[in-house]
Amino acid sequence: MFRHAAKNLLLRRPVPTTSAAGAAAARAPSRTFSADAPAAQTADAGFVEAWKKVVPNIDPPKTPLSFMEPRPATPASIPSKLTVNFVLPYASELSKKEVDMVIVPATTGELGVLPGHVATIAELKPGVMSVHDGNEVTKYFVSSGFAFVHANSFADIIAVEAVPLDRIDASLVQKGLAEFTQKVNSASTDLEKAEAQIGVDVHSALNSALTG
Amino acid sequence: MAMAALRREGRRFAPLLSPRPIAAAAPRSSPSFLSPEEDVPFGARSISTQVVRNRMKSVKNIQKITKAMKMVAASKLRAIQIRAENSRGLWQPFIALLGDTPSIDVKKNVIVTVSSDKGLCGGINSTSVRLSKGLLKLNSGPDKEPKYVVVGEKAKVQLIRDSRKHIHLTISELTKIPLNYTQVSVLADDIIKNVEFDALKIVFNKFHSVVSFIPTVSTVLSPEVVEREVESGSGKLGELDSYEIEGGSTRGETLQNLAEFQFSCVMFNAVLENACSEMGARMSAMDSSSRNAGEVLDRLTLTYNRTRQAAITTELTEIISGASALEG
Repeated sequence: MFRHAAKNLLLRRPVPTTSAAGAAAARAPSRTFSADAPAAQTADAGFVEAWKKVVPNIDPPKTPLSFMEPRPATPASIPSKLTVNFVLPYASELSKKEVDMVIVPATTGELGVLPGHVATIAELKPGVMSVHDGNEVTKYFVSSGFAFVHANSFADIIAVEAVPLDRIDASLVQKGLAEFTQKVNSASTDLEKAEAQIGVDVHSALNSALTG
Repeated sequence: MAMAALRREGRRFAPLLSPRPIAAAAPRSSPSFLSPEEDVPFGARSISTQVVRNRMKSVKNIQKITKAMKMVAASKLRAIQIRAENSRGLWQPFIALLGDTPSIDVKKNVIVTVSSDKGLCGGINSTSVRLSKGLLKLNSGPDKEPKYVVVGEKAKVQLIRDSRKHIHLTISELTKIPLNYTQVSVLADDIIKNVEFDALKIVFNKFHSVVSFIPTVSTVLSPEVVEREVESGSGKLGELDSYEIEGGSTRGETLQNLAEFQFSCVMFNAVLENACSEMGARMSAMDSSSRNAGEVLDRLTLTYNRTRQAAITTELTEIISGASALEG
């Protein structure tokens, strides 16, 4: 049975086989590659040239640029919506979602991002991130990460961990806060103190997220 | 069950039709009944059926084992494929910000080769190793010192043979516990702490589909190199100057954190994709192995039947010719 499935895969027909191979093939066609942007081609072309000179027998490896859709250029006028990509290591929460505004918890405080925001790189601290689209507001508690705002009104937010606020248990937050505050006071080495301080920061941010 | 029937038939014939002439019908010594296989030279036919039978048994076992390995690989692939596809969005923002410059000219290149710990997974590890060697060749020159950081046993074994002095660090048994971001970020942190680098080139097999894996190299630049490129003002990185840095830290500090974060994100995706490719390659390797075993088994069965039937025919013709000789 699997021999036939393998042949079907090679022909890339969406045959409804029951094997895992068939299921993977049904998913695979949706992940086709998009074309390179012309500017991207030059970087890759240089690499391919250099590779061919030194190692002619092996095909040059692909680079991540060829697996990514190119971003649009900065438009002349400010667009009406902000396009947000919110990614986590285990999921892409929001992918090219068009929203009105995003508020991210940067290290210096809340950073509100509107369409046409100047290009910025911001490090995030533990806090609440909210996405405003019309009248609906979605709030997540993010642990930390980075936020990039590009000139073409694209915002990329990469966080290590994010949870919707209603999934946070308030009692555990209080317990954790008390525990880490106690650890800070009893810490002996700098490393322990730093770790305990991080714990206190995260838990107090969680606390204010729940109450505020 | 067919085998048992054949065996019984074989045994039935041997005592009745002893290879010696019919005239000498004295009871043969019993050992010959019990072990028809070890007959006199005349009975060479029985010996070859036993040999063929043994081969058939072992080939059938191989087929069962490879089929089982394929099932295991298929189920592991299902689980890990979802995670790998979910993590694909992780490195895209970095490329959108910093661009991709695989051919950048730097002094200290560190090639991180991601491979598997276990074998029997087709050619993916050899592909990664060949690519890494190619990158080393590409990046070696008068002042440059390229180094390897090897993740996984298979690549280590292959690279240690001829590039031992270039290997800086080896990491194995990464996939013993299911992969998660914390583990990989600790690993990335270790690598950054122990290796000085200007550019990290991560070589892995990107999972495209169950039968196709694309060798890929991802580049992560150190903050100093990024600073240098920003100042030179060329390419994507030149535009980095237009980005404001939020917060009190300088661009240098932010770039430092950014480089570390980028490396851990890219490593996470690379390790997941490579694990997927490993499972997929193992599935197809074991599938072709069981198919081959099936073909060998078919051929052996034919040989076995031919030999067995020839033996029977010989016995019959002996009886008949003996009987007709007696009749006259």
